[in-house]
Amino acid sequence: MAGLHKSDFANPVINWIDTRLPIFTMMQKEYGTFPTPKNFNYFWNFGALAVVALMVMIVTGIFLAMNYTPNVTMAFDSVERIMRDVNYGWLIRYVHMNGASMFFIVVYIHIFRGLYYGSYKTPRELLWMIGVVLLLLMMATAFMGYVLPWGQMSYWGATVITNLFSAIPVVGPGIVTWLWGGFSVDNPTLNRFFSLHYLLPFVIVGVLFLHVAALHITGSNNPLGIDVKSPQDTLPFHPYYTIKDSVGVCVFLLVWAVLVCFVPNYLGHVDNYTPANPMATPADVVPEWYFLPFYAILRSVPNKLGGVSMMFGSILVMFVLPWFDTSPVRSCRFRPIYRQLMWVLVADALLLGAVGAHPPQGIWVVIGRVCTAYYFLHFLVILPFLGKLERPLPLPESISRPVIAGGGGGLPGGAPAKPMEKP
Amino acid sequence: MRPAILLPAFVLPAFVLIGAALLAVPARAQESETPPLVHQHWSFDGVFGTFDNAAAQRGLQVYQQVCSACHSMKQMYYRNLAGIGLNEDQIKAFAAAILVPGPADESGQPTQRPALPSDHFKSPFPNDEAARAANGGALPPDQSVLEKAREGGPDYIYALLNGYSDPPAGMKMQQGMNYNRYFPGNQIAMPQPLHGNDVTYVDGTPSSLEQEAHDVTTFLAFAANPELNERHATGVKAVLFLVFLTGITYALKRKIWADVH
Ligand code: HEC
Ligand code: HEM
Repeated sequence: MAGLHKSDFANPVINWIDTRLPIFTMMQKEYGTFPTPKNFNYFWNFGALAVVALMVMIVTGIFLAMNYTPNVTMAFDSVERIMRDVNYGWLIRYVHMNGASMFFIVVYIHIFRGLYYGSYKTPRELLWMIGVVLLLLMMATAFMGYVLPWGQMSYWGATVITNLFSAIPVVGPGIVTWLWGGFSVDNPTLNRFFSLHYLLPFVIVGVLFLHVAALHITGSNNPLGIDVKSPQDTLPFHPYYTIKDSVGVCVFLLVWAVLVCFVPNYLGHVDNYTPANPMATPADVVPEWYFLPFYAILRSVPNKLGGVSMMFGSILVMFVLPWFDTSPVRSCRFRPIYRQLMWVLVADALLLGAVGAHPPQGIWVVIGRVCTAYYFLHFLVILPFLGKLERPLPLPESISRPVIAGGGGGLPGGAPAKPMEKP
Repeated sequence: MRPAILLPAFVLPAFVLIGAALLAVPARAQESETPPLVHQHWSFDGVFGTFDNAAAQRGLQVYQQVCSACHSMKQMYYRNLAGIGLNEDQIKAFAAAILVPGPADESGQPTQRPALPSDHFKSPFPNDEAARAANGGALPPDQSVLEKAREGGPDYIYALLNGYSDPPAGMKMQQGMNYNRYFPGNQIAMPQPLHGNDVTYVDGTPSSLEQEAHDVTTFLAFAANPELNERHATGVKAVLFLVFLTGITYALKRKIWADVH
């Protein structure tokens, strides 16, 4: 395999490098000419948006870390000093703080896209599973980041979540002490969380590389969910999708800027502006919005171990999803019943979010339990059975057919052709 | 089986439920026994909002003459007062009127010196224990970021300062507690701090209770968000720029894609 690469680049410097290390050829192949289905809609922006979010988080995070002090007596004040005395510190901190929310919004929509258009199905199972790993890493990162400013919610959130591990029989309490580095959330906990909060984003970068590598082996799915059949079905990634992604990036940055500049604390909790106080529990410990559905599942189960298992289970089912969906058709556009159940699942997740925001009393307990049950019902029961029962709509022959014929982006989601008649 | 029937059957009720649930979310913050907050007009509201420097300066006077007897404001330096329009000389003079601990003298005794613009706001008590001891066991919270640390922000603080009255007949008050409509639980350890005419404003504004409450709240909002003026200005510029950028990017996208269909 050894041997110099025969580079096609005209520029002598680039050619010299490319001959010895063909990264320019690689970039050209993977992002320049890379054949990409021509019928993407704007849902296909969200992967690129997540990458932008990750980059911004890393850059702002590094600047925060230059001024942040991971010590229980100084952490809160050091964040305030960033806000007041560091040049543009308020901007860096509010971008980072709201960036976590933007990152999760984007990734949740990205996941929805995968579910709706069946991007998890063969041959993209591994790509999907790597994505679930990315979600778990993001959650760990955001959880530990939220502890760093050492406000009341930081402290009590960390206490509640780390305490979950005590539900594990026999070894649980030992694990919790080990996680804390002591007998309560304290300075050693803050120190290790800071260290890990700095580390994990770079682990995410590594796993993201695998995610993209796997994507470039299988190629992208598309809104029709059918395979690319001929070069007619594709466009080179550049300039078609570089420009389409750029439109999305602009809108994404616009929303982010509005949050940062006009309502920077809207998505946060007021209690985190009160310094951590181990002697005073806040009236209601609530996590950041992006964890609320999972928090709701946790609290819906009367048994602690059960709740913890269900909460982790709600993400773990994503790993086996490719094998639970028995339908041969990927895109919901051609699955008349499942398409509607997808929206019910979205409604279910949003409702779980609302449940997580409320103290577990009265009607919220009931809604929480029903929604939790439905969530698992969807993945473990509906998905396997519906794939066998449902009659999909006729699939188009190829991506370019409907695009050329209809001139307007294939079969619209709302009004597809008539279902197949019974034979 | 007509799939179209499923849509109204499943999806609509689900969304109605969500709607109801989300509407109910804001209600969470309010305890049942406190009335809803009335939204006041604040100069720093909205996209173009900036602090009303005259109000914030009057608020500083209220803080200095009333609140600072009990509440610290540890994150603030005297130099930060430039943010509400005090010039260098005014800041120096303001600080110099306040005595802070100085270096020990030759015999090792503690001394006092006039504060400098580079000093932190002086705290009324040497530590939390002393603060509690002087306030019947309750700790007056630091006011640096208090405005951001309460649901309702400025509207809540304004309401709280105006919310004192005699307890309703039959309500049992605990020892040393004061009735306040807006405080969660209605019993607050802080005695009514403002009654009207507590300060004589240097700019001659009549110091009614509402005026003082409004001014000191403006100052507390400044203390918690000293970057607000700059943040709003940056936001307006960023939004205009990004709208423009989105526009030309979209136009370019249309142009590049024109040959595709
Ligand atoms: C005599 C001492 C004293 C003075 C003067 C005083 N406070 Fe307080 N304040 C307290 C105490 C004590 C508490 C804690 C109350 C409690 O937790 O019950 C408090 C609490 C507060 C709170 C928080 C209420 C909450 O929601 O927890 C605000 C806001 C406040 N004070 C504003 C002010 C303002 C503005 C002034 C000046 C106009 C002021 N205080 C003057 C003693 C004082
Ligand atoms: C996956 C990307 C990341 C996510 C999701 C994330 C998330 C968060 C969150 C939610 C907070 C709390 C914000 C607040 O309430 O104040 C935070 C704080 C912080 N993060 Fe990150 N972060 C990421 C990457 C990084 C990186 C790469 C670094 C360092 C190189 C970093 C350094 C910090 C520091 C120093 C703080 C404390 C300052 C503060 O609270 O504002 N972060 N992070």
